[in-house]
Amino acid sequence: MSEKKILDNSAVNLNRRTFLGKSALGIGGVALGSLLGCNFYRKEGELLTKADNPMGIKGILNSPHHAAKIKRVIYLFQSGGPSHLELFDYKPLLNKRRGEDLPESIRNGQRLTGMTSGQDKFPLVGSQFGFQQYGKNGTWVSDLLPFTAKMADDICVVKSMYTEAINHDPAVTFFQTGSQQPGRPSIGSWLSYGLGSENKNLPAFTVLLSRGSGRPAGQPLYTRLWGNGFLHSLHQGVQFRAAKDPVLYLNDPKGISKATKRTILDNLAELNEKQYKEFGDDEIQSRIAQYEMAYRMQTSVPEVMNTDKEPDYIYKMYGSDAKIPGTYAANCLLARRLAEQDVRFIQLYHMGWDQHDNLPDAIAKQAKDVDQASAALIADLKQRGMLDETLVIWGGEFGRTNYSQGILTDTNYGRDHHPRCFSIWLAGGGIKPGIVYGETDEFGYNIVENPVHVHDFQATLLHLLGIDHERLTYKYQGRRFRLTDVEGHVVKDILA
Amino acid sequence: MSATSTKKGRILWVNLCLILTVVLVSCQTKRGEYASISNDESKVQIPDSIDFSFHIKPILSDRCFACHGPDKNAIEGGLSLNQAEDAYAAIGENKDRYAIVPGDLEKSELVNRIFSEDPNLVMPPPESNLSLSSYEKELLKKWISQGAVFKKHWAFVPPEDKDVPQVENDGWSQNEIDKFVLKKLEEQGFEPSKKASKEQLIRRTFFSITGLPPNVDQVNNFLQDDSPEAFEKIVDSLLQTSDYAEYMAADWMDVARYADTHGYQDDFERVMWPWRDWVIHAFGKNMPYDEFVTYQLAGDMIPNATSESILATGFNRNHKITAEGGVIPEEYRIEYVEDRTNTFGTAFLGLTLECSRCHDHKYDPVSQEEHFQLFGFFNNVDEDGLMANARVIPKPFITITEEEANGVLDFVNMTKSNSEIKVMVMEDMPEPRNTFVLNRGVYDQPTDQVFPDTPEAILAFPEDLPKNRLGLAKWLFHEDNPLTARVAVNRIWQRMFGKGLVESSYDFGNQGALPSHPELLDYLAIKFRTEGWDIKQITKFMAMSATFQQSSEISEEMKERDPENTYLARATRLRLGAEMIRDQALKISGLLSPEVGGPSVKPYQPEGIWEETTGGGGGSTASYIQGKGEDLYRKSLYTFWKRTVPPPSMMTFDAASRDLCSVKRQETNTPLQALVLLNDPQLIEAARAMATTATGVGEIQDQIRFIFQTATSRIPDEEEMEVLKGFYTNALDKIKAGEIVPEEYLSIGEYKPDSEIAPETLTALALTAQTIFNLDETITRG
Repeated sequence: MSEKKILDNSAVNLNRRTFLGKSALGIGGVALGSLLGCNFYRKEGELLTKADNPMGIKGILNSPHHAAKIKRVIYLFQSGGPSHLELFDYKPLLNKRRGEDLPESIRNGQRLTGMTSGQDKFPLVGSQFGFQQYGKNGTWVSDLLPFTAKMADDICVVKSMYTEAINHDPAVTFFQTGSQQPGRPSIGSWLSYGLGSENKNLPAFTVLLSRGSGRPAGQPLYTRLWGNGFLHSLHQGVQFRAAKDPVLYLNDPKGISKATKRTILDNLAELNEKQYKEFGDDEIQSRIAQYEMAYRMQTSVPEVMNTDKEPDYIYKMYGSDAKIPGTYAANCLLARRLAEQDVRFIQLYHMGWDQHDNLPDAIAKQAKDVDQASAALIADLKQRGMLDETLVIWGGEFGRTNYSQGILTDTNYGRDHHPRCFSIWLAGGGIKPGIVYGETDEFGYNIVENPVHVHDFQATLLHLLGIDHERLTYKYQGRRFRLTDVEGHVVKDILA
Repeated sequence: MSATSTKKGRILWVNLCLILTVVLVSCQTKRGEYASISNDESKVQIPDSIDFSFHIKPILSDRCFACHGPDKNAIEGGLSLNQAEDAYAAIGENKDRYAIVPGDLEKSELVNRIFSEDPNLVMPPPESNLSLSSYEKELLKKWISQGAVFKKHWAFVPPEDKDVPQVENDGWSQNEIDKFVLKKLEEQGFEPSKKASKEQLIRRTFFSITGLPPNVDQVNNFLQDDSPEAFEKIVDSLLQTSDYAEYMAADWMDVARYADTHGYQDDFERVMWPWRDWVIHAFGKNMPYDEFVTYQLAGDMIPNATSESILATGFNRNHKITAEGGVIPEEYRIEYVEDRTNTFGTAFLGLTLECSRCHDHKYDPVSQEEHFQLFGFFNNVDEDGLMANARVIPKPFITITEEEANGVLDFVNMTKSNSEIKVMVMEDMPEPRNTFVLNRGVYDQPTDQVFPDTPEAILAFPEDLPKNRLGLAKWLFHEDNPLTARVAVNRIWQRMFGKGLVESSYDFGNQGALPSHPELLDYLAIKFRTEGWDIKQITKFMAMSATFQQSSEISEEMKERDPENTYLARATRLRLGAEMIRDQALKISGLLSPEVGGPSVKPYQPEGIWEETTGGGGGSTASYIQGKGEDLYRKSLYTFWKRTVPPPSMMTFDAASRDLCSVKRQETNTPLQALVLLNDPQLIEAARAMATTATGVGEIQDQIRFIFQTATSRIPDEEEMEVLKGFYTNALDKIKAGEIVPEEYLSIGEYKPDSEIAPETLTALALTAQTIFNLDETITRG
């Protein structure tokens, strides 16, 4: 896309917003969001960064479409499809009618995955785990989630999520990009593009992965889930890893001191500057600035990832796993630290929620992985006065069937994927705390009240950040794309 | 700049869009007249003569077509502005009103609506989030007053064979390209740049044709060759190299969305590299473009089909295929056919057919019915939507035997693989599958049955052609097809000059960019078609132009007047592509393996990145087992491409993800790129190998000069030499002070340092080489 088009569609989409002019900041001068530093569009998806610019980092939206309720999002993605029936959606009827076949009137034409479409029977099965009511509102929460239960007054449980996808790859891709098929930018990339970064030393969009103990070998992840799609690559999610290289290629080569590295950069800058004088290409200036940002990241990333100085009471809150790098608990603690640095979108993935068989044993382990740390994250943000400016989301790509996949025994069962209803929770700024939204039928199979589609969820998330989901668009191959494709409604009922 | 002459319509349009749609804080003098628009709309300068294609169509398409365009089912108020007869037709309940009455502003409802301040009447309506600037409104008004003339979209009119323009300053032109370019430059009052230095020129030419830099000897020989044919000799010899064929193939991998895995979920390995070897082979022997494409579309259907032509059809099987347990096979089979259809659109027609899957295209004259007619050509494969398991080769496939690999398919490099390889190809069922329009594009909502056909607006399908993929290939290369040749030469131009004459090389439709040099594009398209679709010849023709051979220096004035280099008054500096950056380091360090083809390899990659994301399935793609020896030093074209976790260093430099057909990459500049260039062991190792070679070259000054010249193709000047020598001395000091530990630094990567060289010297020189490798100039094609 040419600069013309960028400016064109920016202006069209953003109601003739004021952009910075040439004289101040260089060619084109549309300030916009970025991974790091001060950047602005030059030509097709390209950013021009100048060393001598003031360090403000802006998104393509100079100001939000409406007042934002939150500054950032922490998305605790539970990959694999956690069973709503064992966690938040209490259905005693399923225990009463255990073993009976799912009535056709309830299934009502729902397409099944190839894993259970061949079953002769669809024996109903209720949760093996108990449920109790918590909080002022009497929110039902499973015995598997004792810590989350205590936060019942802080979270909003949405029991009426639904999706069209019935398999993992398309369903996760749908949640993250608004489309089941790969190729579009992910939520965090859209936010980086729209709002930019408030931290000049860290990416606007970071990703943390952990593996569940319920099903260690389960569903994979794909780097495209944090990909920038057709947006500028500065908007891609950057994985923060519990590995030697916390960000890929971050570490200096061995045998080289920091001072040596500085000398290399200084010499590079001097030689590059000379080239700039000769050729006049602004890209050279931009390159010098990017090297400086990379250098800053080499300090800022290890700093934010080093949790040694966290006090004991914090580790007690998050649980003992928090001391083991790469666990969900450790990542929750890191999420808080990244939030403190004003990272815009912090995406966690916890794998292992795909309980086709052996569900009781596996889901108990999965729940234990995440329960304490998720609750601690809310409490921790709250005690720092950050919860009201942060949105925390907990949820997966779909729910699970109310009938057993495979043979139902006295102590064991499994559940297949179920797209028609599932539960997630949200907490933080702009969200009504302590409520339960939406209702499913007694079978936990269909939504009977207040359905929330994936695109509605995305529209609501953008709304909280001050973005009208219909107006944050990017013109690619002639079409204006947006996160919510051509659908999506803000779920106003859950907004505070 | 005067805005009153027609010939300046193009730049006017560009500049106005640049400026009008934004409120400028400040503006240069040359643009001041436009900048004033934002302050005082009465001063808008409208061109005397309005051109539909350049002034009006882009507005109609972008702001109006969503509700008043080619999509019959989305038409609001009974008004379509897609073509004259619809736009002039009576509308309203009583058919007594008109959106456009040519020459009559009073009676033209369109004018009232776009100027209306009533939110219930104004067009575009507020809820569309679209709007028109004052300038755009004035343009539309004037266009109607001048008769509201419609023209067919330029790209759907076959190229016209126009005379090569006469230009005044003809001392500059080397061939016809230059006359077209110079004509435009003269109109703008621009002058071409001086010729590039020989160093810059040979470097540019090497990269543009082979994706690799010249070595010091090649540069020196060229510098010393004063004969008039010196440059032509270089171009000719480069076109004969396997480097050329491999570089062309690397480009084609994006178009063909080639990968070594199936692409969904567990992302199992697949074997398609013999098809990739065929692509290298075809480019190497300069297979004409029409034959090259026909083989890939219909190599199984051509008369006397061979193993080679059938292997070529693997092109249409490179799409992703799922093995995720539980998917509904038909849902995914439809995706595969869609992928082939859309790839056909982007790769060969430069059209975005995706839009017409769910409804008539909003912007281009391709109906949903026509979409599925095209889809019908690709819908007759006896394939499975869901792979039964990872070991199954999705049918249909061919088996390449050892005998064939030693004979008719001797370009398939089987030295490192089994004696028999199965490769996915195309094959139609004897009884074609019925094709239906799918409601909203959804697999289980078939409506009307359709039969293979092509979009009318491009070119009606000739009756004498068979309605199968072979007929489709013939339709593509029919002399009246307006798109095929233009789209192809535009991509070759993009490769040589950095940007297509149509900048949106993926979209020649109504929403695409207009050609910067329409007559030149047509000239090249006709030349390409009538002279045998000869890729090497047209590439050479571009290289031999004075336009190509200009300097890339940018004066302050030209940076202002033509920042995007639309008019080609200079060469564009380009950051090297993902493959080139790594391949250059390997080549100049002497590490690059010359082997061509064969199974993909696994060079250095940060530890754990496959393992972190795998679910435990995936088989051979669950964990990354790094290659050894030669495998570390193959060209990046051969790097194993796992679609769900593509090679991170290449993705950082804007490689395509290979999820879908892609004909244009981004060219970005990011901090993560700096991290790769500074810290990737592949590049550190290459710097060490470079330094090792350089130690054999005279004194330290000579050694640094050698490295610098190898990396940038030119000799450093005194100032640069001083900086680098200072750096080298400083590094030696740091080694003495213990700030640099040679044993550690020299142990990065598999390549063993030469034990004859003192580790201190080698380390200091390797660090110097690494610094040079990181120069903007080194990763740039000037």
